[in-house]
Amino acid sequence: MAAPQATGAAGARKGLWAWINKRLPVDEFISEQLTGYYAPKNFNIWYFFGSLALLVLVLQLATGIFLTMFYKPGEATSFDSVEFIMREVNYGWLIRYLHSTGASAFFIVVYLHMFRAFLYGSYRAPRELLWILGMLVYLALMAEAFMGYVLPWGNMSFWGAQVIVNLFGTIPAIGPGLVEWIRGDYGIADATLNRFFSLHVVAIPLALLLLVMLHLVALRRTGSNNPDGIEIKNNLGADGKPLDGIPFHPYYTVKDVVGVGVFFVLFAIVVFFVPTFGGLFLEGPNFEPANPMSTPEHIAPVWYFTPYYAILRAVPDQRLGALLMGLAVVLFLFLPWLDRSPVKSIRYKGWLSKLALTVFAVSFISLGYLGLQPAEGSYVLLARIFAFLYFMFFLAMPWYSRIDPVKPVPERVVYHAH
Amino acid sequence: MRIEKGAFVVRASSRYLLALLGVGLLASAAVPAAEESAGGAGADWKSWHADTDVRNIASLQRGARNFFNYCVGCHSLKYERYSRLGEDLAIPPDMLDKYILQPGDKPTQYILTSMPAADGEAWFGKTPPDLSLMARARGADYLYQLFKTYYVDMSRPTGANNLRLPAIAMPAVLSELEGPKAAVYRNVEKRGEDGKPSTEQVFDHFEQLAPGRMNAEEYDGFVRDTVNFLVYVGEPTQAQRHALGIWVVLFLLVFTWIAWLLKKEYWKDVH
Repeated sequence: MAAPQATGAAGARKGLWAWINKRLPVDEFISEQLTGYYAPKNFNIWYFFGSLALLVLVLQLATGIFLTMFYKPGEATSFDSVEFIMREVNYGWLIRYLHSTGASAFFIVVYLHMFRAFLYGSYRAPRELLWILGMLVYLALMAEAFMGYVLPWGNMSFWGAQVIVNLFGTIPAIGPGLVEWIRGDYGIADATLNRFFSLHVVAIPLALLLLVMLHLVALRRTGSNNPDGIEIKNNLGADGKPLDGIPFHPYYTVKDVVGVGVFFVLFAIVVFFVPTFGGLFLEGPNFEPANPMSTPEHIAPVWYFTPYYAILRAVPDQRLGALLMGLAVVLFLFLPWLDRSPVKSIRYKGWLSKLALTVFAVSFISLGYLGLQPAEGSYVLLARIFAFLYFMFFLAMPWYSRIDPVKPVPERVVYHAH
Repeated sequence: MRIEKGAFVVRASSRYLLALLGVGLLASAAVPAAEESAGGAGADWKSWHADTDVRNIASLQRGARNFFNYCVGCHSLKYERYSRLGEDLAIPPDMLDKYILQPGDKPTQYILTSMPAADGEAWFGKTPPDLSLMARARGADYLYQLFKTYYVDMSRPTGANNLRLPAIAMPAVLSELEGPKAAVYRNVEKRGEDGKPSTEQVFDHFEQLAPGRMNAEEYDGFVRDTVNFLVYVGEPTQAQRHALGIWVVLFLLVFTWIAWLLKKEYWKDVH
């Protein structure tokens, strides 16, 4: 099957379509963004997670709209309305589980999407801004997930909000006033719940959409990186098209649909058969209504925040802990300038970089595990060790990435036709 | 439709009496000196599993019967309507009306205890919690272990204590079925971190003080059915969820297979 050539302006078309295109650049958009946009042909499995993140965003927006129709924010109504959705709204349980599982799925695909950038140096020049915009999406996503988690007003929602909002209180001078301003009350209360609802369904989704759009616009400007870390724009054919590139549509659209299928199979298995995921996606204590008089046995955030939570608790001083926790996220932004390796992709980096990235991945996952455990005994010591390794991955990068013995990078991308 | 005849024998009016009887029985039971034996019956209680199955409608019906005989006097299921219960558990309206509906309640109403919250506070020191989501919050195994590890403890105001939830506020309302048990402890010599030897009391086994109305096997079945019922109430849609899920996953597998064939066809000319 031959690839359909990018159609130019709507010259050949007639009737309504021509009428529309004269007024709205539909054909132009399709040819510029899809059929005429060239992507490297050597994408591997790591390149599914960007489109999957977009898919989950749409899923969250769609299910969120329906949840908002029945959810009633308020100390006296939130918990009951969620149970009403679960029990009495037609397929309410499905919409709620799609949304709650979607939150975790969002972080799974985003973490894998980010790790892809670590693997192949996708954050390196000329894609620094693309990377920073992606990180801003990640920050907005964290705010969105945190506030969404408070809305069911379970006991873990309440105490989780208490812990996280109090972190702002460690900021010198303005801290206590800032916390009060965020909460709108002297404690996590009705006012807090209502403003989190507003931010969760209006403000942050708008910011997310804008940032995602900018992330995509930046991607269209620089083009995608690939597992070899080679710029396909450096090898153009006689027709001016990249020799190692193929049109995004139809090649990557049909390929991404396969990824979507596999993702949905796994996603549906969780939604229909293990929606609480053993207490990781929906926690037991959150099936008890918020109770300021009774603290859950272990307060732990949802799994996607636990690496940072472990760092927070590993530091004896709360203020320093909060600072390091923030730094653990902010450091990502500086990656494009910390990495001094002459090559982008892990394929051509040496053993030092490979070791460092492995240590980082192990540290991140271990911290995630430790954040779910009580902060006592050997867990604290382990958290300190892994937190140290986590930071060293970033801070020592200018050094080890420079002296790392690299392999020669090929001229053209490596691709084996199937 | 299978509801055992005579299942719903205890009516609402006698439920308080029953609870009080349970307490009285415990209060009158003398605690005999326990004999030492290593790791006896019940020593492994932390590893007991409820093994519930919400597709077992007969078990859910028995669990509902147990709930309305022994629990609803103090505990509500405030998110569950009688009619929903009847529908999901295949209990026809006339049976629902005869055996389950509390006096004065309509089928469309939520299942609420008739005991005022203030009374619960006064009698037990805290309002008995709503049980709609208890199985989701604590887990089925937790509830199973809770019902099976009550023992006589005269130092408690209710005369009863519990291994799963020490200093539990709820009296041993099921002890007339199970028969009162004593918890036998043994001394274990331990060396602390500072090297000093100390003695710690460790639960060893239960000792049956008097037979209950049920033998051990019957009581175990009673508890499993009740826990199964609470698991159902925790999420009434779960059977529907499983049934629908199989078809969704099957559809997605076929969809993915076709998508993969399409991808293969398109990518033939990428070299």
